[in-house]
Amino acid sequence: MALKSPPVLLGLLGRLSRRSFSTSKALASTPVTVRDALKQAIDEEMERDDKVFVLGEEVAQYDGAYKVTRGLWKKYGDKRVIDTPITEIGFAGIAVGAAFGGLKPICEFMTFNFSMQAIDHIINSAAKTFYMSAGAIPVPIVFRGPNGVAAGVGAQHSQCFGAWYGNCPGLKVLMPYSAEDAKGLLKAAIRDPDPVVFLEDELMYGVPFPMSDEAMSADFVLPIGKAKIERPGSHITLVCAGKATDTALQAANELAGNGIECEVINLRSIRPLDFDTIAQSVAKTHHLVTVEQGWPQSGIGAEICARVMESSAFFELDAPVWRVTGVDVPMPYTRSLEGLAVPRAPDVVAAVTAVLGNKIVEPIRQ
Amino acid sequence: MKFLNEQSYDPIPIYRVIDNKGQVIDRTEEPRIDNETLLNMYKTMVQLNQMDEILIESQQQGRISMYLTNYGEEGIQVGSGAALLPRDMIFAQYRELGVLLYRGMTVTEIINQCYGNHEDRDKGRQIPMHFGNKEKNIVTASSPLATQMPQAVGAAYAFKRAPNNERCVICYFGDGAASEGDAHAAFNFAATLQCPVILFCRNNGYAVWTPTNQQYRGDGIAARGLALGLHTIRVDGTDALAVYRAVERAREIAIQNKPVLIEAMSYRVGLHSTADFSNNAFRSVEEIQKWAQEENPVEKLRLYLEGRGLWNSDIEKQFLKEARDIVLRTIQEADQKKKAHWKEMLQDVYYVMPQHLQKQMNQMEKHLEKYKEHYPLDQFQSE
Repeated sequence: MALKSPPVLLGLLGRLSRRSFSTSKALASTPVTVRDALKQAIDEEMERDDKVFVLGEEVAQYDGAYKVTRGLWKKYGDKRVIDTPITEIGFAGIAVGAAFGGLKPICEFMTFNFSMQAIDHIINSAAKTFYMSAGAIPVPIVFRGPNGVAAGVGAQHSQCFGAWYGNCPGLKVLMPYSAEDAKGLLKAAIRDPDPVVFLEDELMYGVPFPMSDEAMSADFVLPIGKAKIERPGSHITLVCAGKATDTALQAANELAGNGIECEVINLRSIRPLDFDTIAQSVAKTHHLVTVEQGWPQSGIGAEICARVMESSAFFELDAPVWRVTGVDVPMPYTRSLEGLAVPRAPDVVAAVTAVLGNKIVEPIRQ
Repeated sequence: MKFLNEQSYDPIPIYRVIDNKGQVIDRTEEPRIDNETLLNMYKTMVQLNQMDEILIESQQQGRISMYLTNYGEEGIQVGSGAALLPRDMIFAQYRELGVLLYRGMTVTEIINQCYGNHEDRDKGRQIPMHFGNKEKNIVTASSPLATQMPQAVGAAYAFKRAPNNERCVICYFGDGAASEGDAHAAFNFAATLQCPVILFCRNNGYAVWTPTNQQYRGDGIAARGLALGLHTIRVDGTDALAVYRAVERAREIAIQNKPVLIEAMSYRVGLHSTADFSNNAFRSVEEIQKWAQEENPVEKLRLYLEGRGLWNSDIEKQFLKEARDIVLRTIQEADQKKKAHWKEMLQDVYYVMPQHLQKQMNQMEKHLEKYKEHYPLDQFQSE
């Protein structure tokens, strides 16, 4: 199931990690990439609890297809870091069985596209077993791996699964953005007794973020189900998760230049979704735009819109909510088209401008 | 140059201990089982038959929603169940009631599950026959076929990690389930990860109505195990003693972290389940009769016991009545019991109940407080 040969991968990563990135705050510490933050989380949790182990394709001797597990096999050996044969349905099933048996597996999918092969085990075996066994069998498993759009990998390697897994009761679904998110949320996921789907982003792996001293400690755990306000603002609320947070922040920077202050909410957690933070923000700004890379129909933005309709937040709105999403086509392979198929900062700026100007037009995507 | 095919090798032979008349074929192969265990094995078969007979009727009368019978596979179930130790973990499919009865699940527990009343360990959340019992190391059954196979291997891996492990895992699956991708993955991982697992295939000739000659080619499921690196044996599933011996030895092998595949050959005398309306349209009466009469596992074990002076027709009559009465009485009791508490609808979705479900539960509580006379609350368990 390898999507491309290793040398091509590494070359790609090399190009991407040279992208510059602007964050909101500067903190007095060495920047840590998302990849290293994930590795720290896994390493610390494996040291803390010997029931935690990692399995997946190429996670051990190859140091991980995306190098997230680099060095772990050398440190912990064959028993704790396992290279599996190529069968997602197989190793996801093994991982769930190991969780039934009392271990705490971290099951890596090389990308979440391949999790579709294993989705029966994720939903029917992991998500539903605690309920269907009447509380006898908890499933403390983490399914993790890169999700969503990459770069030039075609339709079958670019799908976002936030909405799919977010739909399912019994699962918790997390989508980190920054290195701090990656570390704190992954540690929380590993410690959680429920099955967690942890959606990372390949294009963010090489991006460095400043990490506070608190975040560097081995006890740094973020709460699941709590969103983070990345940037406060009073004119409009932008809600996003994962890489879309980057897009929203870029748009917010641009809009600030025109005197529009956006409040950017990084969901961090798709399920449970922190609607309270969104509602509080809308009560302040009275305008809402959601940003996601996934497809529009039945997506995360759709869920947020529905919840707004069903709550008092509806009466706080001065204009309808607008969703900025990926284009409703399987991801094109052509690089230029791929770039246009996911929201970019100008798309978010246009949405904000339209919502604030009350100029809502018929969406082209339908 | 030579291309090999399924004719290039002799098929893997079928191991048996007793013949159709319950006579031991080769004395040196006779397992040494104490009398109490032998009697337990036979009594479990009789109890199993009674449960099947009465619960099928129960389903036809609309008292339970579904049932699967075990006719023809009593030897597999009781033979393997008796050779396991209570600490071994069981992953079942849906036609292993005899294994669970032998392990110690009571008639009451089983009938409560089929009725889904408040004493059901599954809290009314599952289709009948999806039993689970944590204390007895029985993993709650799951509907999708063969998913239990890699799970069993994973659980065995967890056991292997514990110091001084003396537990193995047994995983039952059918000839049809063996076609699933999960089965291949389970064989592969059991071997590559060297897990203490016994993968037990109940080859009963049919997957619903697909006969084995349409299900697979090659030398059955046993050949696959061999090809993927498992210690493999094919046994006569209608011979409880052969099954016992194979599983007893399989345990010893598995505990050394060498995975085992057992393919037990038998015949599904009954229909697939109560959802099956075919009325045996897909096979001949002669075929059924041949297996039900000549290769009857219950008959074979009884003849063996009688040959050893451990059983006779008087004891048979007596025990049959007891076994039948227990089931009838338990059904009557189960019928009277209340359904599970309505709150069970919302529990156990997550380890800690999330706020939105807590809110819904509180709302429902208040609603019932106000409008209780409009709801049949007397049918449900109260606090």
